[in-house]
Amino acid sequence: MNFNAPHIDYAGISPIIALTVGICVVLLSAVFKPTKRLAPALTLLTLAATAGLLIWQWGETKDLVTGALRLDDLAISISLIALLTAAFAVLLSIREHAAEEAGVGEYHTLLLGSVLGMVLLSQAYNLVSFFVALETLSIPLYILCATNLRREGSLEAGLKYLIVGSLGSATLLYGMAFLYGGTGSTGFEGIAIGIAHGGLTGDPLVMIGIAMAAVGLAFKTSIAPFHQWTPDVYQGAPTPITSFMAVATKAAAFAVFLRFFDVALGPEASDWQPALAVLAAISIVIGNVGALGQDSLKRLLGYSGIAQAGYMLGGIVVASQSGISSLVFYLAGYAFMNLAAFAVIVARERETPFGDDIRAVRGLGAERPLLAWPLTISMLALAGLPATVGFIGKLYLIEALVEGSYTWLAVFIAVGTMISLAYYLRVVAAMWMGQEELAVPAIAGASPEADPIDPDAGRRWYLVGPALICAAATVFFGIIPQPLVDFASHAGASLF
Amino acid sequence: MINVLLWLPLAVGFVGLFLPKKATGWWATLGAVATLGVAIGMAVGFDSSSSGLQYTVNTSWIPGLGVEYSLGIDGLNFFLVLLTTVLWVGGIAFAAFRQQVRPQLFFFLMLVAETATLGSFLAQDLLLFVLFFDFMLVPFYFLFGAWGHDRSGEGGLTAPAATLKMIVYTLIGSLLMLVAAIATAILSAKGGHLTFSIQALQQQGLSTGSQRWIFWFFAAAFLVKMPSFLLHGWMPDAYRAAPLPALAVFSGVLAKVGAYGFLRIVLPLFPAATIEFQEVILVVALASILYGSVMAFTQTNVRLIAGYSSVAQLGFITAGIFALRADGSDGALLQMVNHGLVVAPIFVIVAILVERTGTEDIREMGGMALRAPVLAALFLIVALATLAMPGSANFIGEFYILNGLFQAKIVFAFVAISGVAMSAYYALRLYQGTMHNRKPDGIASREIGWRDGIVLAPLVLCILGLALYPQLILHRTDPSVKQTVAAVTGGPAPKAQLASTPVIGAENPKIDELGVSEP
Repeated sequence: MNFNAPHIDYAGISPIIALTVGICVVLLSAVFKPTKRLAPALTLLTLAATAGLLIWQWGETKDLVTGALRLDDLAISISLIALLTAAFAVLLSIREHAAEEAGVGEYHTLLLGSVLGMVLLSQAYNLVSFFVALETLSIPLYILCATNLRREGSLEAGLKYLIVGSLGSATLLYGMAFLYGGTGSTGFEGIAIGIAHGGLTGDPLVMIGIAMAAVGLAFKTSIAPFHQWTPDVYQGAPTPITSFMAVATKAAAFAVFLRFFDVALGPEASDWQPALAVLAAISIVIGNVGALGQDSLKRLLGYSGIAQAGYMLGGIVVASQSGISSLVFYLAGYAFMNLAAFAVIVARERETPFGDDIRAVRGLGAERPLLAWPLTISMLALAGLPATVGFIGKLYLIEALVEGSYTWLAVFIAVGTMISLAYYLRVVAAMWMGQEELAVPAIAGASPEADPIDPDAGRRWYLVGPALICAAATVFFGIIPQPLVDFASHAGASLF
Repeated sequence: MINVLLWLPLAVGFVGLFLPKKATGWWATLGAVATLGVAIGMAVGFDSSSSGLQYTVNTSWIPGLGVEYSLGIDGLNFFLVLLTTVLWVGGIAFAAFRQQVRPQLFFFLMLVAETATLGSFLAQDLLLFVLFFDFMLVPFYFLFGAWGHDRSGEGGLTAPAATLKMIVYTLIGSLLMLVAAIATAILSAKGGHLTFSIQALQQQGLSTGSQRWIFWFFAAAFLVKMPSFLLHGWMPDAYRAAPLPALAVFSGVLAKVGAYGFLRIVLPLFPAATIEFQEVILVVALASILYGSVMAFTQTNVRLIAGYSSVAQLGFITAGIFALRADGSDGALLQMVNHGLVVAPIFVIVAILVERTGTEDIREMGGMALRAPVLAALFLIVALATLAMPGSANFIGEFYILNGLFQAKIVFAFVAISGVAMSAYYALRLYQGTMHNRKPDGIASREIGWRDGIVLAPLVLCILGLALYPQLILHRTDPSVKQTVAAVTGGPAPKAQLASTPVIGAENPKIDELGVSEP
């Protein structure tokens, strides 16, 4: 008998290997040398190495692990967004109480584990790798949400996320089973062939499968009406983790959403397009209306994230190359806009006794211009005002939607954006037009939940730096968007 | 050169951020004057016989999305650009003479606003226009919100709330306009090469069915900006909240961007819909004239009297454009410049009066002319120009508008004429109520100082200059206006028409009436 060892494309899986090695190293470093500096440094190193390997593979399209994974420009671009976000999350986690309580090494190991899940998920090309990657992404996040052990809110967030997330996963898995039953294949392309043979509407098994899978994915991307966990979890989780979840999880989940619907279910796009379009419209309305009147900035960004997910879903709805490109562009821009805001929120959380309440940024324009400008730019960009990447992102999405004959959804985006101004500008007004809050003296023996205040947090390089970099990128790509457009259109071209 | 004109204010403003507090106002004034200088330099080299774009710049900006960085000047925007640069010098100089809180940021925002406004006038790419149009709001949001007045004690809104209301109102229109602009380009391209260039879009044409809804998306944006009746809800609160130097340029220029948008975009790109909805827009315009005038009669806050009078004046301008005749649009353009030149000094004078009397209520003012003959004289000139006294350029503008309207839709013209009469009432009421009548106790009448004098005098001189020679504007706008109107009515080629049209005599409008009244 003749055994042939299967061909292994080491170059293709090198980013995954690098991440896995990094996870082991970070964890072991914490065992042997438990300092506060080493683990973040090693994490950043791992992320940089992975990013380097991914960039090296840019432009390649290949199937890995016998077709379970597919490395292409879409996967690479989404992975790069996730890595960038993770790197900023590491910076924001420096001196974060949650990280120190949970153990710096373990905290960063979990973060890297989640990143690994994201990289895998962006490459997933069959149902099994899809599900495994999704769980690799989610389980560390459940724990990370609860790392702020002394705060009830954090534990509650972790538990809530665990239960809702598991429900989403279970629904998804059930849907996958139906799909496999209906088409006889787990590979995305095999499913597409199976559906093309049977016809989507003809087979109720496949229909149920698709519906359940869509629901499962909607849970993960916080698309309404499956969004209820989002504001609570965003608020309860430690803020660096919230920023990571808001951006990276969304990017990875949208990547697989995209691949699953546009590749596996692509042949029958006209059947699911209207359903997804309605979901997008519901998200836009619920997210934007929900964010009105929120005093907690993290909750506000949570609701705004629901609305933004609705906008982005538009890129999937049209099932076209420009749709994918616009989605990737938006995700990249969204990363910069959101991270700038979260960096400022982290700084103010540590600096003031108000936590993430809107009072924490009142009078910021006069007090800390270096924090006020990034948050202002971020809010204006999220609201889609010109000269920011948010405007170009909306322009790109709307162009794709109109091209795909979904002009009504484009109008929804416009109306949603209009509502969103009311809450984004409220934050801006608090910074520049509000009276500075009289410093409340720290109450002796304050509630056990309150973290000690670091009056210099607003000047720390690892908080101000990310905020300024992200804000600068937001403006830069708003004025010179072509590099980012090229990046996104490469990703779009890899599926069609 | 056109790039210098557009970006100079922004560059100056950015440098000003890093200057000491006292210098920044003068630096900003210098920047505004330099921008005006550039604009005048370009005006000198402007070829008034051509209807095409001059000083054009065309660079690919986002090729992936079909957006170009494309600027140009023609008869439509020529004088609006000049108006913008003139009024900004006035607004900034006026502010520079006064103490401002956080002056670096204030002047930075003023200059950003100038760049954004110039950009929306100069843009020849539909998307670039939308971008600048939306972006104009950002600096004004901060200017009104952070330097504005809190009216919550007087039954109004706080400054941030009033500004938010303004932003939400105006962006309803603007965001729909973004969708509409993209739809215009994609539907016109019909699967071919995607472009947002206004000229190219005009040649490609759009089906009548698409024109119908796209027309309204654009119209909504422009009518809110003006503001026009029914869409003016943001105006009273915002006008009461705004700091006066910013309000002077806001009222003087930004309202015109809406009217200009009709001429630049709506008429050439959506001709079928324009004809179809001509009467609807005319009704809205007449309603604005009547409503604005009546409100200007009854308001007691001097800012609101000026604000509502603007609603009425912009109604006039809209009516002129939607007469869909060359003389109507000529008059509308002239009137845009005229109105900008009168409303800005009115707000400057109002600011001076408010400083003296400490109130904005016209019932508590009066007698200010007693020891201030120069101020009174300047104000009188402005007031008479506002009511379109024969001899003023406003008279010529209104005459052209009415002339166009008479020939197009005579019924509407009769209603519009009442607006002329009403404008006399509110302009004189504003003048008398503040300058004449009995002087309340405790308020001193003082002559204006040289500082405010050098802000006001040039503006008044512009009014006088135009009164003597309105031909300056009409002559240069006419070729472009004819071309724009011909795009709708399908009239003869503008060049040929120009040759056969007798020279328009502005001093003797009768000749002109004969000249352009051919069907």
